[in-house]
Amino acid sequence: MGHNRGEDKKKEPVLTVEELSVSFSMYRRGLKKENLEVLHKLSLSVQAGEILAVAGSSGSGKSILAHAILGILPGNACMEGRMLYQGKFFDAKEKAKLRGKEIAFIPQSVDYLDPLMRIGKQVTGIRGTRERQRELFRKYGLDEDAEKKYPYELSGGMARRVLIASALMNEAQLIVADEPTPGLDLGMAREALKDFRELADQGCAVLLITHDLDLAVRVADRVAVFYAGTVVETAPSGDFLAGRDALRHPYSKALWDALPQHEFKPVSGTQPYAGSLPEGCLFQDRCAQRSGLCGGYIPMRSLRGGEVRCIHAK
Amino acid sequence: MERTVSDRVFFHRLKINTRTRVMVFLCLAAVYLLGIFFWGLFMPERAFEVNYTDKLLPPGAGHLFGTDFMGRDMLLRSVKGLSVSMVIAFLAAGVGSVIALAAGVAAAVLGGRVDGFVNWCVDLCMGIPHLVLLILISFMLGRGERGVTAAVALTHWPELTRVVRSEVLGVRSSQYVLAAYKMGKSRLSVAWNHVIPHVLPVYVTGVILLFPHAIMHEASITFLGFGLPADKPAIGVILSESMKYIASGNWWLALFPGIMLLTAIMLFDAIGENLKKLWNPDNGNE
Amino acid sequence: MERLKYLGKTAFRMTALLIAVSILSFLLLEASPIDPLTACIGTDSTLSDRAKAEISSHWGLDQPPVKRFAAWAGNFIRGDWGESITYKKPVKTVIGERLKYSFALMSAAWLFSGVLGYLSGIIAAVKKGRLLDRMIKGFCLTLQSAPTFWIGLLFLSLFAVRLGWFPIGLAAPMGKAAEDVTLSDRIYHMILPAFTLSVVGIGKVTLYTRQKFIEILNEEFMLYARARGESTVQMILRHGIRNTLMPAVTVQFASFSELFGGIALAETVFSYPGIGSALTAAGLGGDVPLLLGIAICSAVFVFAGNLTANLLYIVVDPRQAVWGRHF
Repeated sequence: MGHNRGEDKKKEPVLTVEELSVSFSMYRRGLKKENLEVLHKLSLSVQAGEILAVAGSSGSGKSILAHAILGILPGNACMEGRMLYQGKFFDAKEKAKLRGKEIAFIPQSVDYLDPLMRIGKQVTGIRGTRERQRELFRKYGLDEDAEKKYPYELSGGMARRVLIASALMNEAQLIVADEPTPGLDLGMAREALKDFRELADQGCAVLLITHDLDLAVRVADRVAVFYAGTVVETAPSGDFLAGRDALRHPYSKALWDALPQHEFKPVSGTQPYAGSLPEGCLFQDRCAQRSGLCGGYIPMRSLRGGEVRCIHAK
Repeated sequence: MERTVSDRVFFHRLKINTRTRVMVFLCLAAVYLLGIFFWGLFMPERAFEVNYTDKLLPPGAGHLFGTDFMGRDMLLRSVKGLSVSMVIAFLAAGVGSVIALAAGVAAAVLGGRVDGFVNWCVDLCMGIPHLVLLILISFMLGRGERGVTAAVALTHWPELTRVVRSEVLGVRSSQYVLAAYKMGKSRLSVAWNHVIPHVLPVYVTGVILLFPHAIMHEASITFLGFGLPADKPAIGVILSESMKYIASGNWWLALFPGIMLLTAIMLFDAIGENLKKLWNPDNGNE
Repeated sequence: MERLKYLGKTAFRMTALLIAVSILSFLLLEASPIDPLTACIGTDSTLSDRAKAEISSHWGLDQPPVKRFAAWAGNFIRGDWGESITYKKPVKTVIGERLKYSFALMSAAWLFSGVLGYLSGIIAAVKKGRLLDRMIKGFCLTLQSAPTFWIGLLFLSLFAVRLGWFPIGLAAPMGKAAEDVTLSDRIYHMILPAFTLSVVGIGKVTLYTRQKFIEILNEEFMLYARARGESTVQMILRHGIRNTLMPAVTVQFASFSELFGGIALAETVFSYPGIGSALTAAGLGGDVPLLLGIAICSAVFVFAGNLTANLLYIVVDPRQAVWGRHF
């Protein structure tokens, strides 16, 4: 049933991010003010009933994307581009109104909980009720004792369920989960991902940010490949299972090769640093197909049921 | 609050022009303090001699800080007084810092019982209010100049001892020192090449940061009557005298000498803090 | 269990320290040039030789220092703290009377500086880097460097002499019989000294709170709170205060040493008849019994503050059980 609802809404995504750039202004060496661009013209969209995984290596700015969607970037951050939520323009004021209500954030660990506040009160938050909290605790198998505990007393598995329960306190339409699985063993990670699948099947749009492509492919409907602050390709998960030729972007193919069950061949070279990016395609320095045109503006285009930001992709 | 992530992610470095600014400030502050010090040191007593025709004049062109009940110029008396306080503070900081260095290094290097004993002594000295301890020591030595100098010298070592101890401990367990030992360097060579260069800046700033406390405490117990004798032009004496005249509205007797004292204390403090920043930019609390 | 053990250990260590402090104070006064007998009865004593001999044996004055300390400590524990030379009354009575005044003064100053310092610390942290923050910070740094007695003198000459809002000194109107003095008289006379005394501690609390609050604001759980829809005010009330109040209170308890030092200066400036001015008088008058009594009281006071601070850490923070020792 959940799936059906997802089908109906396919026309209109819950969240659309178009050409989003985020930069931080900071002082370096003397009085020179520098703008450090961390996200570059990033585009993606996520629909109700769907899990979109954003996969990319650690430290490439994925969390900034989550913070930008929630409107909790620090003051020296500057945002460009457009975001739409349920088809409406999604500005800072809207974000402030909707976060914690329709838009929920699931952080990576128990470090995001106030160490001195009891779990029950914390899960309830400012907008929840005691009844709802009890209901969710029962649903996720957290006993009454858990309510009275402090964050440091939680086990890894309990912490995860507590964070998910917090996200569901109010009627969440969009869930942004930032690396919800690191530190969990494989069994628990699978368990967590099952929870996300369930949320999506209930009609939520889930944006799952992760560094683990393997896990992403297994649970998500679509995977957005994140590279140096932008999304280079969005593909149905099936394409990753089908093989490297089903993928579109050279970086995605290289990532596919790097998976342990395939050739386990690391991608050569390193990601460019946010302060010294090339013009045009960000992957060009490491790309075998590089040509003169790669230095120009590369738009995101649709290709074989996915999207890609590469002029050579066929 | 808006700077949450950026502060953590992008490290704030000490800027180059901040560095020059700090240097200029340090020089100016040093010139001012040394100026006061030498001016006072070489000032003859007759510079602020008694002149009953000019008594209790408010601040004006002839006497910038006004005059006291004996017609003495308050500016000159304050300068002289501050300079006397500085001598005591230098002496006290010198003695205190040697004790702190010896105790701190001994605690860190010898460890075990010695470490325990030093820490215990530090706790002991901090167990009595500082001012009470000052009074007790000064009382023991029969008050006066000797008493105040000894009191100030003997009570300012505990905090610096803690700093030195933790610094030495930190260096000793650091990777590069351990590596140096592994490479067969002698203890002496390690101490000379690694430990001293690392601990010295911390120690020097610590000593400089002792001055303001020493000056303030000297003034405090002199004010209470335990320090310098009443015929000495010390800041504490000046302020203590001013108490009798404040009720009749002679506010300048307290205001200006106090401001000079405050300025000196703050400048010493700022010099110490800025040196700290200069030597160890990553450790600033901003 | 772990907690209890730590508690017991702390209490034991601190008590040992308190005893050592008493010995140290005793030794310091012992080493003073004043003749022990004179120290007990004063210089202008008219006592007979017989009485002098009695006092001598009571305090063990003819014995070596160790025995003398034992005699003194024994008497002290039994409640005989000696006779104050300056006030011609038993030391215990003098301290008891004066402590009442000082206690009121210190509590008022302690509370005032704590509350105001905590609040301005939060404001500075929230407005970090802005003008208001810089003003608060600058003000605190100045206050920390300003000698207490000088601040007192300035208050005195401005508020009491020039503006005439407050009395110039003492704890009650001059010439008024003790039984006629009202509570409002007392409070009226206490305001300026209390204000002066609170200046001693306010800088420390403010700067500490500011620092701690900035740390907390940078914590990930604050980001999460914001992501869950909390406003800045809600974040401060729900998480900021919860995470900073107890550390600040602890710092405030640990500052009893400065508070006691400040009281000697503040009371001297305002001729306030508390324990601080008694300390000065005892020191200047060579009143060894009183000086010793006050020194020990001050050590107990500091001890109580530190012990409370230590206990607060253990009792309040639930993580203590896991983290173990904090210091």
